[in-house]
Amino acid sequence: MSALLEVRGLCVAYGKVEAVHQAALRVEEGRIVTVIGPNGAGKTTLLAALMGMLPARGSVSYAGKDIARIEPEQRVSRGLCLVPERRELFAAMTVEDNLVLGAFHRYRKSDPTIGADFKQVYQLFPRLQERRRQLAGTLSGGERQMLALGRALMSRPRLLMLDEPSLGLAPLIVRDIFRVIGGLRESGVSILLVEQNARAALQVADYGYVLETGEIAVEGPSADLVSDPRVIESYLGLVSGGAG
Amino acid sequence: MNSEIALFLIQDGLTNGAIYALLALALVLVFAVTRVIFIPQGEFVAYGALTLASLQLGKLPGTAWLLLAAGMAVAIVESVQALRFGAVRRIPAVIFTYIIIPGSLFCLAWWAAPQKPALTLQVLLALLLVVPLGPMVYRLAYQPLANASVLVLLIISVAVHFAMTGLGLVFFGAEGSRTPAFSDAHWKLGVLTISGQSLWVIGTSLALIVALLLFFEHTIYGKALRATAINRVGARLVGVSPAMAGKLSFTLAALIGALSGVLIAPITTIYYDSGFLVGLKGFVGAIVGGLVSYPIAAAGALLVGLLEAYASFWASAYKEVIVFTLIIPVLVWRSLTTHHIEEDEE
Ligand SMILES: Nc1ncnc2c1ncn2[C@@H]1O[C@H](COP(=O)(O)OP(=O)(O)OP(=O)(O)O)[C@@H](O)[C@H]1O
Ligand SMILES: [Mg+2]
Repeated sequence: MSALLEVRGLCVAYGKVEAVHQAALRVEEGRIVTVIGPNGAGKTTLLAALMGMLPARGSVSYAGKDIARIEPEQRVSRGLCLVPERRELFAAMTVEDNLVLGAFHRYRKSDPTIGADFKQVYQLFPRLQERRRQLAGTLSGGERQMLALGRALMSRPRLLMLDEPSLGLAPLIVRDIFRVIGGLRESGVSILLVEQNARAALQVADYGYVLETGEIAVEGPSADLVSDPRVIESYLGLVSGGAG
Repeated sequence: MNSEIALFLIQDGLTNGAIYALLALALVLVFAVTRVIFIPQGEFVAYGALTLASLQLGKLPGTAWLLLAAGMAVAIVESVQALRFGAVRRIPAVIFTYIIIPGSLFCLAWWAAPQKPALTLQVLLALLLVVPLGPMVYRLAYQPLANASVLVLLIISVAVHFAMTGLGLVFFGAEGSRTPAFSDAHWKLGVLTISGQSLWVIGTSLALIVALLLFFEHTIYGKALRATAINRVGARLVGVSPAMAGKLSFTLAALIGALSGVLIAPITTIYYDSGFLVGLKGFVGAIVGGLVSYPIAAAGALLVGLLEAYASFWASAYKEVIVFTLIIPVLVWRSLTTHHIEEDEE
């Protein structure tokens, strides 16, 4: 099986300081791949570079094509989608308008199936439907996470990149979110998941990478990583299921 | 002053104020989406008025040549960029948009101008010639430095303003022109005489404001512009490119400017450099709204119009001074009342 996303020798720098160094990773079609690592390891930087929001060196091939030099907007219309760590919602617009904008590139192509996706997102997050006329900036933290995920789904992604989707959520909602992520794989979406919550991430993922100070330190199928002593010690150890 | 004069001045003030309000809205829009303080707005007013005036004389307007030249320049810039990024497939679309379309508009104007078509057709033709200059100006002058600071963008604006004024002189000459009124009708309402021209101006302005409102509330592109104004990063992540948003907001601003020019042309004599003062009055209105609030900007612009009407009655030699002095109390008031709300942006 050929990979949907294949990254080789990716280096990202802020000025002179390199935040990601020679990273290589693959995401196969229909799989969940997770990147875990301590604070400041470069996970957010890695995703931003893959989305084209930061300049980077190295090769990034997506769906068999080199996308290293194309703009984020074009990546979106090819099915790449990022839910960023800071969510970047449109605070002064309604929940519904946020979702509409998620499908912006599909409106441009007059995609007739947008309506069905609205229904699906509202089914997934009934809370969003209740609050669809409310301004996004007035949502609770958890509702914001739902909206960020919902907005991303409206773009109908082929590869969805999630930056800490469980950040600041109550355990019950975390479980919901991970259930949604698992469900997305069933519907054929490939996922690149960055998480502090290593236990939950490795549970849902097929394959995992450990990023430490900008470099990939360990990688392997999730089942192997869970039993890797280094991973257990640093990421699964005493904190059971809590955010690091 | 008797009530007849007072009412007349109000009518006069509201008529000019409606135009300033349109310009103020365009300034707020452009600033919100691109962070550009759009000083050349006034040049679009002058171009609109002078283009219509040329058409009324049955002459090919200078803007037709300008459109050809600007289109050519954009086509060159875009093609060079496409070649550099190895996107050769984009070149036919570039040639179509920036050479074929302006070329066709040029031919249309060439053919239609001597026939002196009906006024509505002339207005339409004038808009078709002036409005495409908006996105072209954005592409040539602003897009290469779109991420620069507000100050750098302001300096670009000043440069574009001088360039466009100069081009105005080249293409339209130094004489001023005034077009005939859209309507010679007058209605007596008690002591007040309402002129058809005032109704045209106010009615068109209102219609345009309503149209803009509908555009921003109900269309996907309107929402995309609002989204860009609220959160640029978020907008990029859903696929709204800043370049697209910039060009679109400049198109709207050029449309508003050119239409204002068409509306103001029968009221005052417009020279190639008259746009600046007109635009500046819209700018005062926009400043009242802090360059962020559409309704306050429009209200401020109406106030400017009224103030100007009364100033020209009481102290006509000082009318511009009085109008622009309004900025000082406004700035003081704003600096006293504005609390800086930190939004988590960028
Ligand atoms: N805009 C920036 N300018 C300079 N340095 C930055 C910038 N953004 C991030 N960094 C640095 O790059 C490194 C990687 O940051 P990044 O946000 O990618 O880490 P992370 O793995 O996502 O961490 P966390 O788990 O805390 O979210 C950090 O040392 C950070 O200080
Ligand atoms: Mg991070």
